[in-house]
Amino acid sequence: MSVFLDHASTTSLRSCAKNALSDALDFLGNPSSVHSQGRATRELLEESRDKVAKACGANRSEIIFNSGGTEGNNHAIKGIFWDRVTKDPDCKIIISSRTEHHAVIDPVQWLGENQNAEVVYVEHSLNGMIDLDSLRSLVSKHKQRVALISLMWVNNETGVISDIPAVTEIASEFDIPVHSDAVAAFGHVPIDFRASGLTAMTLSGHKVGAPIGVGALVVARSAKPISLVHGGGQERSLRSGTMNYPLASSFAAAAKEAVTELDHEMARLGALKDQLEAAVMEAVPSAIITAQGANRAAYNAHFVFPGTQSDAMLFLLDQKGVCVSAGSACQAGVLGPSHVLLGMGFSHLEASACVRVTLGKTSTLQDVQQFLTALEQVHPVALQATPA
Amino acid sequence: MRVLAAMSGGVDSAVAAARAVEEGHDVIGVHLALSRMPGTLRTGSRGCCTIEDSMDAQRAANKLGIPFYVWDFSERFKLDVVDDFVAEYQAGRTPNPCMRCNERIKFAALLERGLSLGFEAICTGHYASIIEDGQGNLELHRSLEMAKDQSYVLGVLNASQLAHSMFPLGATASKDLIRQEAAARGLSVANKPDSYDICFIPEGDTRQWLKEFVPTDSGKIVDGEGNQLGEHDGHVGFTIGQRKGLKIGTPAADGKPRYVLEIRPKTKEIVVGPEEALEISDLVGARYTWCGKAPENPEEAIHCEVQVRAHGDTVSAVAAIVDGHMHVQLNEPLYGVPAGQTAVIYVGTRVLGQMTIDEARSKVSTSA
Repeated sequence: MSVFLDHASTTSLRSCAKNALSDALDFLGNPSSVHSQGRATRELLEESRDKVAKACGANRSEIIFNSGGTEGNNHAIKGIFWDRVTKDPDCKIIISSRTEHHAVIDPVQWLGENQNAEVVYVEHSLNGMIDLDSLRSLVSKHKQRVALISLMWVNNETGVISDIPAVTEIASEFDIPVHSDAVAAFGHVPIDFRASGLTAMTLSGHKVGAPIGVGALVVARSAKPISLVHGGGQERSLRSGTMNYPLASSFAAAAKEAVTELDHEMARLGALKDQLEAAVMEAVPSAIITAQGANRAAYNAHFVFPGTQSDAMLFLLDQKGVCVSAGSACQAGVLGPSHVLLGMGFSHLEASACVRVTLGKTSTLQDVQQFLTALEQVHPVALQATPA
Repeated sequence: MRVLAAMSGGVDSAVAAARAVEEGHDVIGVHLALSRMPGTLRTGSRGCCTIEDSMDAQRAANKLGIPFYVWDFSERFKLDVVDDFVAEYQAGRTPNPCMRCNERIKFAALLERGLSLGFEAICTGHYASIIEDGQGNLELHRSLEMAKDQSYVLGVLNASQLAHSMFPLGATASKDLIRQEAAARGLSVANKPDSYDICFIPEGDTRQWLKEFVPTDSGKIVDGEGNQLGEHDGHVGFTIGQRKGLKIGTPAADGKPRYVLEIRPKTKEIVVGPEEALEISDLVGARYTWCGKAPENPEEAIHCEVQVRAHGDTVSAVAAIVDGHMHVQLNEPLYGVPAGQTAVIYVGTRVLGQMTIDEARSKVSTSA
């Protein structure tokens, strides 16, 4: 029987999300249609918008439904950059981090390579926390020339929580818009868009128990990132295309439940994670808890097992029925060294020896014990495995 | 037996894995990522490590119900195969990268990793057979289907590598049967075109590809007496026996075409001459190995056949080890054999050994 401890990659579909989807699929009507059936599906969509807005502390008009995290990050980064640079050609610096998800790193680099953006990166401490002093000095150096700051709320690999209000406060001196990829944060740590001072924030449905393929970009009313998709002008003219009310409905149900359960789950999963980490350190004393000392999300445990390779560990654990991960695999399925760990200052060898264990709604102590049993069996084998 | 099936995404390795599963082995599929920057889609018959190939391999593994992983050997492949390929051309030789890949990646790095992770054998879709000689020694033999025989590129395997290798396709009479079997098994790759050429040169133009790695360095094209006949923009990429692309305006005195006879990296000269001068009578190499059990008296003449290209004809020869070098005296001539290529020695259908050719000697003068 396999045990799933990879909830940060995607997590179990919530019953409420499944029911909401199923109920919505019984409707017929384009939410843009003016007739009664169109109005009915429109209502489903707008109720969903209300729920998601409430779940993340935003105004309902700020929720732009889309296909998920990658789209949201691309839209925010490219859209805000284009908007800013159109108004002031000199305003073309993007401040970001080397530990972001590829859905941020890649559009940022693409703008650098193709659209004349200048990309600068903040520094991190070895435990993965953003060095706010380095951000402060970048901002005071480049001032109004900074088009955008994009820094994630919770790191998807290490679980490190960034102090987003502190980031936006630094940015506010020069009215610099700040975007945050909150995909790994929403539903797992308290999020309040209004209080955060953010201009835009990316959410994804399947990380909170909705199906894959739905998410939202939260865009402050004051902002108008240029659209990636032009057409019928849906979603505040920011994201054209027939509005996907069934998935929006499902996402809203999942988001609402995740946030309602947040305090309880943070405490439950936090305790489980502490047990897991303590047991791992006992079983493998040479292991490193990656972001120890940093403020970390309760559902995320991230380790470096020196002397092993991630792909061998994952292979051996998979053979024991344990599903965990090690950063992100590329399109071809190749596990490279974790760019997040490299960005934090770990060596290439250490960054190639990590394992991420992430808990979710269905995780139990039994799952954790099954992982530990497997780990004790496979770790000595992994130490002997020759590298690829 | 715990078997690691190397799955390229092609039909041969998929059927090989299927047969290993059917024989009752505990099989796991692994695709080797060999390129640093894999292409998205396969183009034509070339390449074997695009993302599409990886996905094809995964589909096949799923169909067989076996676990599947992608292992990244791109760094080793770059060092051991690609860099070697470039260096060999720079030195005026013509390398065989598939051979190097088998020698250093598939049956070395992959095998070592497999053994260290508890596997007992590597299974591939090569057309060749491993036969036990009745005394416990394993021998590598040609496949039943001569047109597909790949024993040549496996000539680098030693006894211990043979002991951990499985080639389930060796006894199959034709490639068509493999395709039919793949279709019957519901494998999506049943009609996938074969791959040819060098996997890391997707466009198939070796000279053009080499130009990215080796600075253009022009030199003279000369005849056997040293008379300049033309110019080239870099000796790298020329190969012995090459006739096309020389761009020599002046015809030879006898009006016959001229061929590359020699590449002189130091002086940057390409020596050309008549076809007769390509005739080779002897091959010598310091880098040789025995495939399986070594001959008891390798210093004594071994009557054998030799093959110098993956799909080339064999000629009868006499091989012996002299002063640490393998010497192969050909009983009938071969034409245009470049240094750097591999000569595989056969006795009947058995692969006895191989050497990388350091020197191919001709009895004919370059200016003949």
